[in-house]
Amino acid sequence: MSPAIEIKNLSHYYGDSPVLKDLSFSIHKGDFFIIIGPNGSGKTTLMNTISGILNPQKGRLEIFGRSIQSYNRKNLAKTIAFVPQMFPADFPFSVTEMVLMGRSPYLGILGLEKEEDIKLANQAMNFTEVKHLAHRKLNQLSGGERQRVFIARAICQEPQIILLDEPTASLDLAHQVKVMNLMDRLKREKGITIIMVSHDLNLAAMYGNRLLLLNKGQTVSLGPPQKVLTSHKLEATYGCRLLVDESPLGKFPRIMLVPGSRG
Amino acid sequence: MTDKPFLLKRLFAVSFPMILILIVAVFLGLSIGSTGSEFKAVFQSLAGKSVADSMTATIIWNIRFPRVLLSALVGATLSLGGLVFQVLLRNPLAEPYILGVSGGSAVGAIIGILMGLSRFPGVAFAAFAGSLVTLFLILAMSSGQAILKKDSLLLSGVMINAFCSAVIMFLISMSQHSRLHNIIFWLMGDLSMSDIRQVAILGAMLLPCFLLLFRLSHSMNLLLMGQEMAQTMGVNIKLVTMTLLVVTSFMVSATVSHCGLLGFVGLVIPHILRLTLGPDNRVLVPSCVLGGGAYMILCDLLARVLPEHGEIPVGVITAMIGAPVFILLLKKSDLCR
Repeated sequence: MSPAIEIKNLSHYYGDSPVLKDLSFSIHKGDFFIIIGPNGSGKTTLMNTISGILNPQKGRLEIFGRSIQSYNRKNLAKTIAFVPQMFPADFPFSVTEMVLMGRSPYLGILGLEKEEDIKLANQAMNFTEVKHLAHRKLNQLSGGERQRVFIARAICQEPQIILLDEPTASLDLAHQVKVMNLMDRLKREKGITIIMVSHDLNLAAMYGNRLLLLNKGQTVSLGPPQKVLTSHKLEATYGCRLLVDESPLGKFPRIMLVPGSRG
Repeated sequence: MTDKPFLLKRLFAVSFPMILILIVAVFLGLSIGSTGSEFKAVFQSLAGKSVADSMTATIIWNIRFPRVLLSALVGATLSLGGLVFQVLLRNPLAEPYILGVSGGSAVGAIIGILMGLSRFPGVAFAAFAGSLVTLFLILAMSSGQAILKKDSLLLSGVMINAFCSAVIMFLISMSQHSRLHNIIFWLMGDLSMSDIRQVAILGAMLLPCFLLLFRLSHSMNLLLMGQEMAQTMGVNIKLVTMTLLVVTSFMVSATVSHCGLLGFVGLVIPHILRLTLGPDNRVLVPSCVLGGGAYMILCDLLARVLPEHGEIPVGVITAMIGAPVFILLLKKSDLCR
């Protein structure tokens, strides 16, 4: 069986400076795959390449065994849904309108939704528990609610892979857990492959089954949390003192900052 | 039982009252004029009966009717132009006139007139070229990182507009051209030069553009989510953006070369419609055609009946209504921090 995503020798340059250097790895179907690394490590560029926003400059990117260039735009949209960190909200659509936009790659030439599309949107809103907000405007929602609406939009796109760019950033603790649980359920109940960029190492340790630690555009470590999240690797990558032990909640690492320490 | 009606149902529900408003506007536009009000004659004439006074019939059908049609086309075009620019620049204050695209068309048109080109297609193409040049300038400026902010974009538009006005005045002052006789009137927006043939040509150019914009209205919704988002939902953003820009400039320049500069229509109508109908462009595109048409017919009506003798350029009316609306919008938006 071919992996969900296979990346071979991927490099990306902005001008002369390399952002991704000869990356190779694969993401399996059904993975909860979390990309971590310090600022400027190339996480966002990698994300944008997988989502098709950027073309791979050098190297190969295959999705379910086919090169990404062989997908047309709509087929790529039916395969991968992208949840960005921020949405502009100057034109306030309602929650339902927003979620229905996920149906766009399936709509006909005039972009009119059918009953089936509305049914799917309702299901997606139920799944992420935003059904009660259906008629509210996006700009009237809290950050957590908005994030769940965006995820419902992605579900409505019926993809096999969902990409998320720091979905828990700027959410309070309860909403962080809610969003992560939601993604975990999507993976288990719908078999959707989850790929996420995150700054939160503890959430990554708890939810991810495979992690990729990036630094300066190169792989530092790839594998299950126990293998990747060691104090040795993390301190070298992030350049600050960190304490790593085993979480009292189970067999995964727990990472703590050490105050007053210098890199 | 679904929560939200089909879009098609919604379109009908929205279009019905809008069509009614348009019909009323057309009726008023045909009935009222400097020779008095002829409601009865218009009714009779519409019912297929011959009107007793043949002079009145001539006024209604040969003079007012083409003018009403022209107003509707121009109003629809300018409203759509505003809508498209607002979506593309993600700025509710954008509009062809404020951005200077109309001004660019006017410079092009005047150069065309001075070169002795025929009104159609010569002057129309010169206007189109003028609008594309200003559009290119605006985009070049707004893609620079420093000028991405909303207010600087509007300011550069205002400056382009001021520059275009200066060029126009320069050309007029330098030239002794007899064709420029009426140019000041034309500059303020003039719907009086309407014969049915020209209106038909204009309509034949504009109607396919309206349809194309409706076809692209769903992509316009997605563009509002940001270019990257739109791309990951299957939109060919380069193609859609280019098409929108070129089609809109074409439409705007066609109306400018016909009836001069009419400001703020593309601001007032999309804004009112967005407030009442929401931001879905699939609803807004047809509503802008209907509502913009009705609005311009009524503005033109005011321009014709307000003065005791002659008429006011209709651009004066649209600016007198539009500029205060612009200021209100500016106050409401986050520009005034």
